[in-house]
Amino acid sequence: MAHFTKATSVKDWFNQRLAVEKVEKVMMSEYWIPKNINFLWAMGMVLVITFAMLLVSGIFLLMYYVPTVDGAFDSVNYTIMREVDFGWLWRHVHGVAASVVFLIIYIHMFTGIYYGSYKKGREMIWISGMLLFVAFSAEAFSGYMLPWGQMSYWAGMVITNLFSGGSLHADGLVEWIRGDYVPAQAFLGRFFMLHVLLIPLAIIGLIALHFGALRIPHVNNQDGEEIDFDVESEKYLAGKKAESKVMRFANDFMAKDLMVVGIFLVFFFYLVFYNYGFAMDPVNFDPADGLKTPAHIYPEWYFLWSYEILRPFNIDLGLVLFAFAQVIFVLLPFLDRSPNSVPANRRGLFGIWFWVMIVNLIVLTAMGKLPPEGIFSTIGLVSAILFVVQWLALPFITKFEKKV
Amino acid sequence: MKNNNRRGFMGKAFGAVAAVGAVGSLYAMKKSWDPLPSVKAAGFTTLDMSIYEEGVMVTEKWRGKPIFVLKQSAEMLKKAKENPRDIERLVEVDGSHYMMCIGLCTHLGCIPAFRQDKNDFKCACHGGEFDASGMVQLVPPPRGFDIPPFKIDGTKLVLGEVGPEWQAMKDNGITL
Repeated sequence: MAHFTKATSVKDWFNQRLAVEKVEKVMMSEYWIPKNINFLWAMGMVLVITFAMLLVSGIFLLMYYVPTVDGAFDSVNYTIMREVDFGWLWRHVHGVAASVVFLIIYIHMFTGIYYGSYKKGREMIWISGMLLFVAFSAEAFSGYMLPWGQMSYWAGMVITNLFSGGSLHADGLVEWIRGDYVPAQAFLGRFFMLHVLLIPLAIIGLIALHFGALRIPHVNNQDGEEIDFDVESEKYLAGKKAESKVMRFANDFMAKDLMVVGIFLVFFFYLVFYNYGFAMDPVNFDPADGLKTPAHIYPEWYFLWSYEILRPFNIDLGLVLFAFAQVIFVLLPFLDRSPNSVPANRRGLFGIWFWVMIVNLIVLTAMGKLPPEGIFSTIGLVSAILFVVQWLALPFITKFEKKV
Repeated sequence: MKNNNRRGFMGKAFGAVAAVGAVGSLYAMKKSWDPLPSVKAAGFTTLDMSIYEEGVMVTEKWRGKPIFVLKQSAEMLKKAKENPRDIERLVEVDGSHYMMCIGLCTHLGCIPAFRQDKNDFKCACHGGEFDASGMVQLVPPPRGFDIPPFKIDGTKLVLGEVGPEWQAMKDNGITL
């Protein structure tokens, strides 16, 4: 049995039982971060804070939300919005955070692509990150069902219909997912469960994996430079802080990290208090009606680019390309054949590939929102084809890249 | 070594028990997601076909889905007879012809609107069009409106039950 002595202080008491000093070192003061980074390295912490806000606001919404087809709409739009003190705050924080979290995810993702942070041992960081993106998408979709308005109902109808696989006509699978012939009580009940329990559990597990995947390769830096963390951390601990290429996670890195978080929170709460409308579709303020389709059905902004890849083609080809767009980002570490892990701008053709990808995704997003008519359909079609061609070309572009 | 052999056996024995349990639980989980018996039992609707008026589009409800019923006027019937793909879609009850189908666009499930002036259907989601017999006229929908399983019972139609007329339609590829 381990030997315990009479504690000399409260800290010592905990230290003997939980090794708190050691944990503090491993997790914070001796977890090393490169110095050569910029504000984009703070997006991870911004995401953690946004997720925490989603969790807290969600807990308060959960106390009054009623997951039944007769009660859901009123529990959100009447009980939470009008009766519960500050109910509006939780709803607007939850809605705005659900939208903004995707903006930050996209910034985080493209920072990773730009600086090559998905290769040289960082593949699992990238893969776990993309799994988080999938889990967040499922979380966003299931949450969108819960107010049981017209957009909830029809988004649920259209998205579950995708699982019929076009000409495969797997209607049995669609009915199984819904638990009914159309979205109804069984559907609402199971998506409620997914939204408040199963998917959040998966997200928390994936966040742990994402952080764990960082420990061995460490955080990347602005030049993709390979740093010997053992040597550099010894320098730091020996007092040669200026000479060392690394700094402590806490408090060195956290101080600036939280500065960025602070600026983000000011912007975030500006949206929550004064400009929350973008996260609240007006059509969803009509109760769900299975016998009336809204004139235009479109997803939230963060799904528009992949929706636009589905739209211009016939149903089977559209579904195949849609599935392609969903999984292709995960394979990035294996499609990039170049040994270089430096910023995209120093990688010749890959730099062009990167910026064309960004612009194209913005174009796809814009076209997804516009009605599919005339010039817009043509632009959408060209952009969708360009997206696919770009990914197919990536292995060839990177294979012939010169070593820098 | 002897001990290790025994541990190996215990490991395999546990693996076998766990595998049986896992398969059993997966089966139970799958079945728990199935539509409930009450949902399936509510899957039958009876329509009295004698109450409909010629040329008037009526929306009924079956399994939560809209059912379009359009008793064909003489003009519509004449037009439908010109096209074999149209006439075979119509349901004949007590001497009258009816378009009777699931009112969901076969593209992604929106509800097309009936245009009285043109006697056709237009889907607002992605622009698909259907004629008065429910046949697709303009893509993206891959096919005409689906026809729900029905059984003719005198002047009544029982939706959800498979009758010989519907079976024939299915066998001939008129509906899914």
